[in-house]
Amino acid sequence: MNNERKTIDLEQGWDFMQKGITKLKNILDGPTEQHFSSEDYMMLYTTIYNMCTQKPPHDYSQQLYEKYRESFEEYITSTVLPSLREKHGEFMLRELVRRWSNHKVMVRWLSRFFHYLDRYFITRRSLPALKEVGLTCFRDLVYQELHGKVRDAVISLIDQEREGEQIDRDTSAYYSRKASSWILEDSCPDYMLKAEECLKREKDRVSHYLHFSSETKLLEKVQNELLSMYATQLLEKEHSGCHALLRDDKVDDLSRMYRLFSKIPHGLDPVSSIFKQHVAAEGTALVKQAEDAASNKKAEKRDVVGLQEQVFVRKVIELHDKYMAYVNDCFMNHTLFHKALKEAFEIFCNKGVSGSSSAELLATFCDNILKKGGSEKLSDEAIEDTLEKAFKLLAYISDKDLFAEFYRKKLARRLLFDKSANDEHERSILTKLKQQCGGQFTSKMEGMVTDLTLAKENQSHFEEYLGHNTNVNPGIDLTVTVLTTGFWPSYKSFDLNLPIEMVKCVEVFKEYYETKTKHRKLTWVYSLDRLSYQEIKTQLNLSDDDVIRLLHSLSCAKYKILTKEPNTKTISPNDYFEFNSKFTDKMRRIKIPLPPMDEKKKVIEDVDKDRRYAIDASIVRIMKSRKVLGYQQLVMECVEQLGRMFKPDVKAIKKRIEDLITRDYLERDKDNPNLFRYLA
Amino acid sequence: MPRASKRKSDAVKSSLAEPAPKKATKEVERIDNFFASYANTSIGMIDPEGVEKLCSDLSVEHTDVRILMLAWKMNAKKQGYFTQEEWRTGLKSLRADTLKKLKKELSELEREVAKPNNFEDFYRFSFRYCLTEDKQKSLDIESVCVLLDLVLGPYFRLQIDSFCDYLKIQKEYKVVNMDQWTNFFRFCQEIKFPELENYDACQAWPLILDNFVEWLREKSTHP
Repeated sequence: MNNERKTIDLEQGWDFMQKGITKLKNILDGPTEQHFSSEDYMMLYTTIYNMCTQKPPHDYSQQLYEKYRESFEEYITSTVLPSLREKHGEFMLRELVRRWSNHKVMVRWLSRFFHYLDRYFITRRSLPALKEVGLTCFRDLVYQELHGKVRDAVISLIDQEREGEQIDRDTSAYYSRKASSWILEDSCPDYMLKAEECLKREKDRVSHYLHFSSETKLLEKVQNELLSMYATQLLEKEHSGCHALLRDDKVDDLSRMYRLFSKIPHGLDPVSSIFKQHVAAEGTALVKQAEDAASNKKAEKRDVVGLQEQVFVRKVIELHDKYMAYVNDCFMNHTLFHKALKEAFEIFCNKGVSGSSSAELLATFCDNILKKGGSEKLSDEAIEDTLEKAFKLLAYISDKDLFAEFYRKKLARRLLFDKSANDEHERSILTKLKQQCGGQFTSKMEGMVTDLTLAKENQSHFEEYLGHNTNVNPGIDLTVTVLTTGFWPSYKSFDLNLPIEMVKCVEVFKEYYETKTKHRKLTWVYSLDRLSYQEIKTQLNLSDDDVIRLLHSLSCAKYKILTKEPNTKTISPNDYFEFNSKFTDKMRRIKIPLPPMDEKKKVIEDVDKDRRYAIDASIVRIMKSRKVLGYQQLVMECVEQLGRMFKPDVKAIKKRIEDLITRDYLERDKDNPNLFRYLA
Repeated sequence: MPRASKRKSDAVKSSLAEPAPKKATKEVERIDNFFASYANTSIGMIDPEGVEKLCSDLSVEHTDVRILMLAWKMNAKKQGYFTQEEWRTGLKSLRADTLKKLKKELSELEREVAKPNNFEDFYRFSFRYCLTEDKQKSLDIESVCVLLDLVLGPYFRLQIDSFCDYLKIQKEYKVVNMDQWTNFFRFCQEIKFPELENYDACQAWPLILDNFVEWLREKSTHP
């Protein structure tokens, strides 16, 4: 180190610094060949260093710190401000931008030259740092004077860009005028295109000129003028509004509608409400169509009505697929639209077609798909896929219990008459149903499928048993399916007078069954069998209905096992029957179908009965926990509890309350007739 | 048994337990003698035959509402029979120890029953009194109509007539329970008839009354 360093006085030192600063100003102000070499920079830095490290009174730190600030102030007052003051509008803005970036360069360089101040002097005295001092100068001198002018200029610039020569200071007023003419001239899709474009441009503009915090406020204003103010008028435009877009499947426009209206408060409410109306109307039209088809068919032929219903359910599924896609894609899976779709489907899914409830139609639809030789020929995958979709519709049907009962009846027919494609299939379908509706819904049906599997095993064991015990073999092929009471629909079991050969069969099986199980009671359900109508009836000990059904299938259908006198297509109580000894068929096994019973009435009665029990149980459950409860509250909780299975009618609930009062489960409060008490 | 009737029998017991003054003893004696003149000695009760004789001595039909009122006053349990204790209770509070006095008190009794508090109790009693079988809780429609006519007829002619018409043509109900019975009285008191404008089926009215009102409204729109 050079201890003999020559002391630099302030004037001399500053002269040197001044030269450097002037060179910097020249560089900033215009095109010039000049530039700072590292040597220049070193010299300037060293000068400051030296002046700050001299022994007092020659330590000039304080003075240099002040001169540093003065350099900026001098430059701004002498050069920057005059050049800004003489310019206006856009030019002034451009100049401002240039001056600001120059200033930043100036701060960078000067703070480097004076850097030694930052290291000791400023830190020790806790003064504002060099960079801060430099930037503050610009704010205090330039921004303070100009910010009003700048804001005006910016707004006027934005307005100019918005619409050529148009100068409009108020964003709201501007868009309000635009919107009021567009809404009259343009179709809904065109209007939306324009609105979207405006919003986009406005957004870009904001990011160029304004602070980001202004963005939300500005866009809200534009959205309000373009969308909120005209929402109803726009959505309900007769030939191009939301209804028309849905009718014409304009998915892009609908997506745009969602994007636009999702931004304004409650903007989606009217859109979802129109969506709901539209879907409900389309569904109701399908119901009407099916009604008309059914009534036309009725006039010609009753038998083929099933096909119409099949078509109807398929169309409903298609409708659901279509609009679920709308909800997912156009409406971005928004809950409001899921709700609208659900409510719309609930409206027409609970209407029913020409006397058949939709629960029944849906069950029949599933049966047609699942049974062998049904009207549908589908691959395994297609079957599962279609059924899964059909089950989704169940969510909209309030009589789920009625569906379950019809489905169970039809499943029983498929299983017992060997019409089911295969057990595995039935089982996997039931799993799907279980996922949709819960275990209590499918437990009986699962039991039925299991029974059938067990029955097959049992049959082979029985045949084995007969093989080992040839003395008991009745000499007739006998197949027995043991079913669990409770799982299956209730079949009539009657004291049928069996022919002797069959009695033997039954006894053999009984013996066999007792070797396998204990404490099980076998009840025999015969549904197939063979003089005059009256004799047959007495012999069989069956009702007219059943005898007619059986005789019809044996004498009037495809296979004439019995010959009937007279040979007509219907059974009358005066007919005679004889075993057709000439009957042969090229097939070794033939199937004699039974004409279906009028199952519908029974299903509905059974479901009604089950519902009575379910309502009773629910009321008792609620009252047991609440002890005292108002009538309305009781009804509400009851509807809620049972909603998973069906929608109980308020009248039905009242009827059950009346009955529970008679049976001393409940009493009416003595002072408040709307209050019930639980009687333990 | 409703609380009201319990209270009554309690009151009887305590008054019997007190040492009775001479005058009262005389009265009880006369009441007992009066009872004996109608009682069937083999069962120690007044039986239907005895009741019929009493009615004819009082010159009223046995179906007269006043006999039902008398039964109420006695808090009689079994239709067509009066026990000695029931007889004592009733006649003592009526202060009637002879046929002549009883005849006079019978019209007084009608006024007593007509007092609001008494009437409701009497109304409920009349239903219960008609339940003759063990564990019977409901009354068949035909009996209900007769009883309504007897008990409410004088006060609510219009309501009773149309309600009985309805009960006879409807198929849903074969019997009526106590709750429906009491609510019909409430209906007569609260609901403007035949306008029905203040009837609200959303309230907890028994369904049978909802159906009745629905039937009436239907009838008035499609006469």
